[in-house]
Amino acid sequence: MAKTVDQYFDDLQHTRVWRSIFRSGTGSSTLKRALAVQQNVFLHLLSSKVRTRMLSFSATLYLGTLTLGTFLILVATGIPLMLYYHPSVPQAYADTKDLQFVVSSGMFLRNLHRWSAHAMVFLVFAHMFKVFYRGAYRTPREFNWVIGVILLLVTLLLSYTGYLLPWDQLAYWAITVGSNIASAVPVIGDKIHFLLLGGHTVNANALLRFYVLHCMILPLTAMFFVAIHFWRIRKDGGLYNHDSEPATVRSRNGSPA
Amino acid sequence: MADPKDFIAGVDSNAKKSPRRIVFITRRTSAQVKADTEEQLQTFPEVLFRAAVAVMTLAVVLVWSALLFNAPLEGLADPSHTPNPAKAPWYFLGLQEMLHYFPPVVAGVLVPGLVVMALIVIPYFKVNIEAEGLFLRDRGRRLRIFYLFASGLSLFLLIFRVYAALVPTLIMAALMLFAAQSSPQSPSKLQRYLAARPLSYWVMTWFLFELVVLTAIGTFFRGPGWSWVWPWQGA
Repeated sequence: MAKTVDQYFDDLQHTRVWRSIFRSGTGSSTLKRALAVQQNVFLHLLSSKVRTRMLSFSATLYLGTLTLGTFLILVATGIPLMLYYHPSVPQAYADTKDLQFVVSSGMFLRNLHRWSAHAMVFLVFAHMFKVFYRGAYRTPREFNWVIGVILLLVTLLLSYTGYLLPWDQLAYWAITVGSNIASAVPVIGDKIHFLLLGGHTVNANALLRFYVLHCMILPLTAMFFVAIHFWRIRKDGGLYNHDSEPATVRSRNGSPA
Repeated sequence: MADPKDFIAGVDSNAKKSPRRIVFITRRTSAQVKADTEEQLQTFPEVLFRAAVAVMTLAVVLVWSALLFNAPLEGLADPSHTPNPAKAPWYFLGLQEMLHYFPPVVAGVLVPGLVVMALIVIPYFKVNIEAEGLFLRDRGRRLRIFYLFASGLSLFLLIFRVYAALVPTLIMAALMLFAAQSSPQSPSKLQRYLAARPLSYWVMTWFLFELVVLTAIGTFFRGPGWSWVWPWQGA
């Protein structure tokens, strides 16, 4: 009798190699499924169960999930883009041109990266407003809201630093306009401006700084805070729903909106 | 031996759902008791499956966008030739629009600094936690404070001729006055909805309104020298 695909998969899960990789064991019992989350270094950031009501589309519009989705797309497209790019003047512009006209699917990669970046900025804002209108910043979720604001700023900086990298007129002058605002900070404005650009105007040093920020420092910062952001959702009692809060917390936080 | 007991005992006897639990609550502690148990789904695999469907749907939309629309690429950066207008990325165009009216230290530093500060402190203020309609209690005094703030802000924007920010402010003020005339007993659904909105709702909605209007103006209605152009006029 021929085996089905499911049976092959089942056999695979019982092999010694599979068992050595995944700690949670096999099976479809509630316990095993909970362990599949708890015993996994990435998934353990999440709760092992979620209220069914919070999974309806209207409850959250899945905006946080979608924001993570854009971030993953941006990492997946950003790394191949780095293979074709030199952060130097004027080579950066030539590389971008090559991506458009020479590299296989280079145009597609750059387009997808760009539109996903815009989508991520938009989704982060949308996520913030949705969380606000749900009142999901209430005790004990205050600090996770603060982390969210930090992530908003990191997202804006990621998008802003990436904006310079093509080194075309659009990039150059957008960054010039933006970075001039830094000079307006009282007393230390010019110092900040100089630190940001590595000079008094947008030049090759600025391009290198923005490249390092865009490809190393800011993505790592984002991942760091995203991990805390997700972990805190679990620690603070899961996705917020006013009616599901313990009675004591509810009375402290006022009546439902 | 006559000392009163230092604890109370409770029994959760729903043996179908959980093993028998006995809880001892001493005087100095209190147990967080769940309001009720509601239906839940396992993260693995149900919730992760839904998340994957959501992300894949988004990916399909983005991939189609990437296939249909090309990212802009202009000529090589030229420090000696300034395009007119030189625009920041779209999410900063609200700020750039503000820079048109106010000095950089106000529009570029003070306003965004205050916005970020305001966002951070939201959950730490009781006024944002309470969810009671703004004008439902202490109506007279709150209306007076509202008039003071709304007219002060409008006058300020009028003096500096910031009509782009003045119009949304006036619309929001009119909505709030409408809410003040409404009550939970009002016949229309909209009035009942507006009457129940707390202060935090009004402030945030005003901010969102300004953000959208200023960003849209900076993106679509500004041309050479930051002058007003209609989107169909072209460059």
